[in-house]
Amino acid sequence: MLSLNGFEIEALRLSLKVALWSVSLSLPVGFGVAWILARKHFPGKILLDGLVHLPLILPPVVIGYLLLVLLGRQGIIGKWLFDVFNISVAFTWRGAAISASVMAFPLMVRAIRLSLDAIDPKLENIGRTLGAGPFLVFLTVTLPLAAPGIISGAILAFARSIGEFGATITFVSNIPGATQTLPLALYNLLQIPGGEQGALRLVILSIILAASALIASELLARRLKK
Amino acid sequence: MNSTPAFDSNILRVKVKKRIGEFDLDVSFMARQGVTALFGRSGSGKTTLINLITGLSVPDWGRIEIDNRILCDTDKHIFLTPEKRSIGFVSQEGDLFPHLTVKGNIEFACRFGKGTGFHIPIKEVIELLDLGFLLGRWPNTLSGGEKQRTAIARALLSHPRILVMDEPLASLDASHKSQILPYIERLRDEFMLPIIYVSHDMEEVVRLADTMVLLDQGKNSATGLVEEIMSRADLRPLTGRHEASSVINVIVSQQDEFFKLTQLSFFGGKLWIPFVDVPLGTETRMRVRARDVLLSLTRPKGTSILNILPATVKEIITGNGPQAELVLDLGALLIASVTKKSISNMKLEPGTKVYAMIKAAAITHRALGLGGLRSRRN
Repeated sequence: MLSLNGFEIEALRLSLKVALWSVSLSLPVGFGVAWILARKHFPGKILLDGLVHLPLILPPVVIGYLLLVLLGRQGIIGKWLFDVFNISVAFTWRGAAISASVMAFPLMVRAIRLSLDAIDPKLENIGRTLGAGPFLVFLTVTLPLAAPGIISGAILAFARSIGEFGATITFVSNIPGATQTLPLALYNLLQIPGGEQGALRLVILSIILAASALIASELLARRLKK
Repeated sequence: MNSTPAFDSNILRVKVKKRIGEFDLDVSFMARQGVTALFGRSGSGKTTLINLITGLSVPDWGRIEIDNRILCDTDKHIFLTPEKRSIGFVSQEGDLFPHLTVKGNIEFACRFGKGTGFHIPIKEVIELLDLGFLLGRWPNTLSGGEKQRTAIARALLSHPRILVMDEPLASLDASHKSQILPYIERLRDEFMLPIIYVSHDMEEVVRLADTMVLLDQGKNSATGLVEEIMSRADLRPLTGRHEASSVINVIVSQQDEFFKLTQLSFFGGKLWIPFVDVPLGTETRMRVRARDVLLSLTRPKGTSILNILPATVKEIITGNGPQAELVLDLGALLIASVTKKSISNMKLEPGTKVYAMIKAAAITHRALGLGGLRSRRN
């Protein structure tokens, strides 16, 4: 019961890989967008804010379909990517990582933006009067103060990526070893008669993963608050 | 009003205009060695002005110089960012970095502060502000006073040419205030660090400052020596209607150990106050509240009041209330608050000879510049 079989290990390994890549993709972009939303004022700000939150409110299937249209082999960007770089994302783990990062993006941005909003601009001003230029102040004041939000954003995004299903199955399908992450494998088992036993094991595995992510986030946040 | 010395000893020169919404700031002033107070009510433009000086905001028009180094000149399109200005800044709340310990906070200034001004070794700063036992603490565990001491240390270690303090004591209670004041006085007296001190508390200003810039609705309505400004009747509504008082420069001239009294001499007289333990010859400044001054037309006899000073009525200022203020000339200027009825009964008018009486106990420790512990520079 305690040891995982090859099928499960494959799904777990793929899930972790997809989730890690999803977080690494959405972290820098998410920080940039959160920074713009927290600090800049411009006419189209509400629009950007809405756009960022779309994955949260749209049916995941819609996101998956949009990704397929944009990034599929025949898609607007996908065709260009394939022609110029010979990179294909559709029906590969890369596509799974992209759809996971898109779905996790709003959570990431929200967490980082909240932490940026909470920083008293007076502290950054003080840093300037003490002799640190804008970039040094960013590194030594802004970033450390936003760190709890960045970390909790990353962990939330990681957990969301592990659990991503709808957009992924629509965009990259359910291919064992390539795009079949834990939830997809679970779905697959449920389609087969007699697969309940295996499905239960995956359910437990998923719960353990999600809970560990939450606990890790809580511990880190507490440590940083000290 | 400002008595200009033979050579130009101004360190900071400010001439700025800025409009924020409906508020117009238009101020020009200069600051010399010592403490220059920017005094004004909330909304008078103090913080706006400070932000312009430190470089945190840009003036619509203006010029700011320290030691002839241009920090900002809109005509020449010069604008130095805050980190290049060598101005140590202490804000009202202290604003310590919450993610750093006390040590981390002050080391931040050492690491980045490349100011061109005072270089005081970190050990000396820690000692000066008694931070030794606080170094490992986090800001959220410090008292208000400890936070401010750390903030002052941090500002000092950025090698500032001048120190700008924006109501550094405003968020402290009275006992913490009186703990911090001596530290600021030491900066002024021992390190000769020029300080721009923003405040709306006249007691602090009288105790610390030599020069005063009076701000009102974005304009500087007066600039001059503290005692001059305080004795100007036309500025009374700005310097404090409720606590009209005069400021007199005094020197400790006698100590009476038996009766526990100290005698202060000033230009035009002497008076006794409760004992202050300072050496003879110490110069300081004394604040006398107008309501603590009584008047008599003849020299009173058989009274318990120790201080009876002959004076001449110089000016009578009447307002709407029952009270009026009299500016008395006794060598120095003294302000007395009396009822209009008394003025009428006593037939007081400019030129009338009177006797001013001040209870010794009315001059508290707090009314003196640090109980006189100050050695006059100049």
